[in-house]
Amino acid sequence: MFTGASPFADYVDTTFLLIVGISALVLVGLVVTMIYFIFRYSRKRNPHPSNIEGNVPLEVAWTVIPLVLFMGMFYMGWEGYRKMTDVPEGAIPIKVIARMWSWTFEYPNGLQTDTLYVPVKEPVKLALKSLDVNHSMYIPAFRIKKDAIPNRENVMWFSTPEVQSYDIACAEYCGLRHAYMYTRLVALDATAFDAWYQDRSAKAGKPYTPIGAKAASSP
Amino acid sequence: MTQATVSAGARSRGFYGEKGKYSGIRGWIFSTDHKRIGLLYLVSMAGFFLLAVTFGVLMRLEMLSPGKTIMEPQTYNTLFTLHGIMMIFLFIIPGLPAVFGNFLLPLLIGARDVFFPRLNLLSWWLFITGGLLALVSVFLPGGAADTGWTFYVPYSIRTNTNVLPALFAAFILGFSSILTGLNFITTIHRMRAPGMGWFRMPLFVWSLYATAWIQVLATPIIGITLLLVALERWFGVGIFDPALGGDPVLYQHLFWIYSHPAVYIMILPGLGVASEILPVFARRTIFGYKFIAFSSVAIAGLGSLVWAHHMFTVGMSYTGMFVFSLLTFLVSIPSAIKIFNWIATLYKGSIVLDVPLLFILSFIVQFSIGGFTGLMLGALAVNIHVQDTYFVVGHFHYVMFGGTGFALFAAIHYWFPKMFGKMYRKGPAVLSWILATLGFNTLYMPFFFLGYMGMPRRYYDYLPEYQSFHVIATVGSWILVLGIIIMIVNLLYALKKGAPALANPWGGKTLEWTVPSPPPTENFATIPVVTTGPYDFSEYEQRPAEHS
Repeated sequence: MFTGASPFADYVDTTFLLIVGISALVLVGLVVTMIYFIFRYSRKRNPHPSNIEGNVPLEVAWTVIPLVLFMGMFYMGWEGYRKMTDVPEGAIPIKVIARMWSWTFEYPNGLQTDTLYVPVKEPVKLALKSLDVNHSMYIPAFRIKKDAIPNRENVMWFSTPEVQSYDIACAEYCGLRHAYMYTRLVALDATAFDAWYQDRSAKAGKPYTPIGAKAASSP
Repeated sequence: MTQATVSAGARSRGFYGEKGKYSGIRGWIFSTDHKRIGLLYLVSMAGFFLLAVTFGVLMRLEMLSPGKTIMEPQTYNTLFTLHGIMMIFLFIIPGLPAVFGNFLLPLLIGARDVFFPRLNLLSWWLFITGGLLALVSVFLPGGAADTGWTFYVPYSIRTNTNVLPALFAAFILGFSSILTGLNFITTIHRMRAPGMGWFRMPLFVWSLYATAWIQVLATPIIGITLLLVALERWFGVGIFDPALGGDPVLYQHLFWIYSHPAVYIMILPGLGVASEILPVFARRTIFGYKFIAFSSVAIAGLGSLVWAHHMFTVGMSYTGMFVFSLLTFLVSIPSAIKIFNWIATLYKGSIVLDVPLLFILSFIVQFSIGGFTGLMLGALAVNIHVQDTYFVVGHFHYVMFGGTGFALFAAIHYWFPKMFGKMYRKGPAVLSWILATLGFNTLYMPFFFLGYMGMPRRYYDYLPEYQSFHVIATVGSWILVLGIIIMIVNLLYALKKGAPALANPWGGKTLEWTVPSPPPTENFATIPVVTTGPYDFSEYEQRPAEHS
């Protein structure tokens, strides 16, 4: 479940587990208290109830303490989201075109593919568009997702931590073959990526201009 | 049993024996009596519920293995659409307010009927018309709608299935909901018994009041939105359709401006039921009455301002993301306050663990889990990952089914003797509680794991690594259904052969327990005068138990 891929995965998982942890503690506390009360104050053990109408300090406490905890959770969520949207300079720009029910990736020189090849450890900036209905590009291992909507360009970015391949899914319901709108993200090391990019560009008759590490470092 | 006397009403047939203008079925479908209308809703709603449950079970069966298990993808897409539309518009929105609200609101506030009885009957007719239209759309050429219950544009404009009948069904149902809300607000303002100030109202009434305001204020927005989609399909106006220069995200905003508050229409009455049942079985007053009452109003208010948290991946501005996430965390505070007050209500009570309380205990735990997972969804960084996955579906079902659904089960077991004048058997009821709780959690707990692993929702097929969780969930659906079947059989058996119910079998203090079971035609021979708050159990304090 916890893969630790992409710059965000660790952060998202930590935030998630922190909220899960606090929630689990509180929930266990609530359930134990509830069960204790039910046995301790059963009609047999406690035939005479006490009509306690309330307690203002207690009400204030269980309003303020959750408020503080919730604000902490909100802040963590917000910070993580900022990281996800803060695209580093020099990220490789790739266009993503979604349609029922496939993905097309367009590289800066016009080369189009149906699998997303990227050089490892390089930041990649995706500009998403849809040709028909709403879709959503989802890379579960990276904990990121963005909708592809007609008439609107949405942006997401990531960088891959190691040479590996990952699933890309469609997360917004888009009709009959929604569940099959999967493709792969393949991270190659810089040399392998360049070789692939050069070879595919040549076959597709596109002008070859190096991208990735070289493009990012050139002025 | 707390009172030894069998009420006169248990021997007579109460309002069932009324000789009105019509007899037979017409005595029901043309009756303006709030109790008869409540039962009309109960029967029609139960029918839709069982159908939607069947769809759910079939979907779970399909999810048992990757690839095709029992149906084609188009069938699956249709099933989750119908399951959603029916469960939401035909079961859970009208569920507690229209059934129990109608039957009990006048009884709870010491009135003879609602303020507009004929409008009330019209609401039911609109409800049944909308419901039948939704059913008819399934069989029309073109096939049932396959858009999901959210009808997202542009897909809902492009698909060739019967989206329009489904939209109109939702439109008509919206009117039914608005009229019920209007009726309840007026009734609560104008018809409370002498002496029943606002803070002497039972908390179920407070929750119905908050709900009614959302129904009146938010429902027109969905009506207008659905009409706009219809205009779009007929005339190509270009409001939402990107091909005509429209904005599909605008549709999502308008849809959720209603549909998020609608979630509170669904849950608030459930919270009210919990506040009603807990004091009676703890035999003590509710803890923090005003905090619970005001938290209902706070939920209704804040809940109207958080809609865009359903849309965190559409590409909103930083400001939008910040505000909607912040408000989402704030709206969880009043719910938390309620949970703490409920548990404090058990403190130093004199608790008897009867069937309605058992369902409420499951409700509290499951509603809490729904709330906690809501916090995870409210945190932006986590939301981006789990948005549109099984995690959301799990969260939603924990709140709606584990919360409202179980509150409804509790309500039916609590008020059944009052509504029908018969008592059900406790053994099978407890068994149904065990199975429903076990089945529910086995069914929906795996959804959180699936979602966090990255399984998107509304998927006909899935990757093999998700299968083990799907199998557990499907087995859970069988246990849950078994529990529901036992519950229904037990209640139907009680209806036919159950022992006559006492006027006040649980020792409740609210006004509905002062009249016979079932209540007579106009509820109260003389309108009662209220002199205390709704949960006055002071007679049991410090004195020897007279009733045991």
